[in-house]
Amino acid sequence: MPNTIGKEVYAFPNPPAPHRPVIFDPDICNGCNKCLACQMDVIYPNPEKDKPPILMFADECWYCGSCVDICPRPGAIRVNHPLMQRPIWRDRTMGKLYRL
Amino acid sequence: MFPFMRWPYPIRYDLESDLTTDVLVLGGGIAGCWAAISVAKRGMKVVVVDKADVVISGAGGAGCDHWLNTPNPCSKLTAEEIVEWECRTNGGYYNGLSRYIAARESYDTLLELEKMGAKVRDTEDEFKGAAFRDEKTKFLFAYDYENKFNFRVWGAGTKHEENFKVVLYNECKRLGVEIHNRVQVTSLLTEGGEQGARVVGATGVNIRTGEFFVFKAKATIICLSRPQRIWRFVSELSGLPPTRPHTCIGNGHAIAWRAGAEFTLMEKSITYHGWTDAQGYPCVHAQNAESSAHGCTMVDANGKEVPWVDRDGRVLKTVAERFRPAPGQKYLGERATNYEHRLPGLIPDLMERVRKGDFTLPFYVDLPGISEEERRVIWNMMIKQEGKYKWTTVDTFERAGFDPAKHQPQNYDLMVKGPVNWWQEQYRRFGEGGDCGGLVVDWNLRTNLEGLYSAGDQLFASNYHYHAATTGRYAGRKAADYVLRVSEPVITRRQVDDEKTRVYASLKREDGVGWKELNAASAMIMSKYCGNYKNEELMKIGLWSLRKMEEEDALTAYSSDPHKLGRTLDVLDIITICQMIIHASMARKASSKFLNFHRLDYPEVDPPKWHKFITIRQEKGRVIVGELPTDFWGPPKENYEAHNRDYVGLVKE
Repeated sequence: MPNTIGKEVYAFPNPPAPHRPVIFDPDICNGCNKCLACQMDVIYPNPEKDKPPILMFADECWYCGSCVDICPRPGAIRVNHPLMQRPIWRDRTMGKLYRL
Repeated sequence: MFPFMRWPYPIRYDLESDLTTDVLVLGGGIAGCWAAISVAKRGMKVVVVDKADVVISGAGGAGCDHWLNTPNPCSKLTAEEIVEWECRTNGGYYNGLSRYIAARESYDTLLELEKMGAKVRDTEDEFKGAAFRDEKTKFLFAYDYENKFNFRVWGAGTKHEENFKVVLYNECKRLGVEIHNRVQVTSLLTEGGEQGARVVGATGVNIRTGEFFVFKAKATIICLSRPQRIWRFVSELSGLPPTRPHTCIGNGHAIAWRAGAEFTLMEKSITYHGWTDAQGYPCVHAQNAESSAHGCTMVDANGKEVPWVDRDGRVLKTVAERFRPAPGQKYLGERATNYEHRLPGLIPDLMERVRKGDFTLPFYVDLPGISEEERRVIWNMMIKQEGKYKWTTVDTFERAGFDPAKHQPQNYDLMVKGPVNWWQEQYRRFGEGGDCGGLVVDWNLRTNLEGLYSAGDQLFASNYHYHAATTGRYAGRKAADYVLRVSEPVITRRQVDDEKTRVYASLKREDGVGWKELNAASAMIMSKYCGNYKNEELMKIGLWSLRKMEEEDALTAYSSDPHKLGRTLDVLDIITICQMIIHASMARKASSKFLNFHRLDYPEVDPPKWHKFITIRQEKGRVIVGELPTDFWGPPKENYEAHNRDYVGLVKE
């Protein structure tokens, strides 16, 4: 959410959830748009040339990771695991718990 | 915050493209691509239509970790023996015809795939000397190391180009298959526009541009997966659903039904365990000892090991023992629940022992506690290669510091198998897992409609990547044979115009009900009136409610762009499928354990006189109920051979 303190405040509907199932790294992504092959067609081309695509229908993503698979630039896209389904694992020897 | 921009694609509402082909393939998933390749190799023109992008579309688009039920030179099992576990596990309600075809030709299909460039054996000697590897052929096997008929394969690939789907896509391109991406199929066209007549093509709409398509074809192969979102639809927080993308909603079921095609097993469903959306536990990660992490040791909160046992209750201490048949057992069938083929598993009274205090929740999968080789094959093959888990699990976990040699993932699968309440039981799964209802076909994989063939998940009681691939390849062959002896198809303009009006209707409305609410409402009707507890009166009300929705609410559905138009059309198909399910459920006047089908008004479970398939189809808009014996396909070996005298496989028998 953008910080609205000290700025003009607008009214608009709640964002859909999940909001960011995949995240683009604008420093690595060169806007080649190969990921537009998305199974669900939720990734749209950026009107600005060479810029990362737009995640248009975030709530329809099914986390298949095909966008990451087809991306020729490692790190340009990553899957952002849904928060409510972050699993836990533990260290076998120390017993310490970790959460994804 | 909210993306908001001018529609990035040209808008072509009402523009129509008319295309003609020998064979039309609806759905470019695993079955569809294989069907197209098969046709193209016979020198015919073939068009593939897919609502996504064929390069990665469909349930098999993200990968494949194992290739099942495959007689091969490393195994002594025959095709007849191999399909037996599915028949037994499903109490006879299974597709003996397509499963047998798949078993007969799946090894050929795998070798053909390898020729196209897919990785199906351990060519880099990554698992040299492992108990699950055949040293001569370098094939890796899963589940049963003695009988060697389930291959571990690199379906997601070590790089993108190796992904099975990408390999198939490239082969389609090489063979000149004409592909129409982002075109959602909306109807089948029939001779004279009549229900039950020969299928002569289909219509579709592009869900980026809104352009309308009319495909004329001598033969059509329908490979449009299976219904989902019937009993439950969560429009947000869709989470990590199990095996099929939300694009698979059963468009094929709906359009074939409207055209008069015959279906069976539509009354079958699976009890909901809370894992098809984000409200469920993330159970299909690394945690599931019954599938991806099969054979792995499981420990409780205190590190106490949960015993693995064979079908007779013998404790299996080593991992290797968990991949061998019990004394006297012929072979192990994946997911087999019947005694003859049951896989080793965790002790069956585990939850009772938790209640007694023998084990403390939660459980963990002891990946670090098993051999390096077994751990690597679970993590890098069974999980990483299985479709979506390459990125969503393996990459995500590893980026977060997970090390399978040190860390034990928590198990959620066992937590959701406790007692469930009534309301949860009402939610069911249709196509979200297991085998489900679909099209009835003959030994040519032809439906009851002339000109309409089918393969993959579109068939009744179907499942798995190997099955989609092999039946697709087979259906392509049969459809091509048909094309050689058939007259030119004729399309009826009136049918096209009526369909066009139906398809575009929601775009012409300013306001009303959106596709998400419509789907949530149909799911609620199904869970109220056709859930685990059914009777004639409940289902009558359900059918009446669905029709009312169709006649009133659906006529107010609006779509503001071509993408949402596709989603709206999906939900209209879902409402049709819900009605098919109720018709089939009303026709079966008995309960059945195997179909997970419970009627309060007919409580007798699996009475012999109801041991048969119930079929449904439409004729002049009326629902026609029929029946077929559970072995309607006759003796499989004889019938297969009689229908495939000219087939020359890659394997010499």
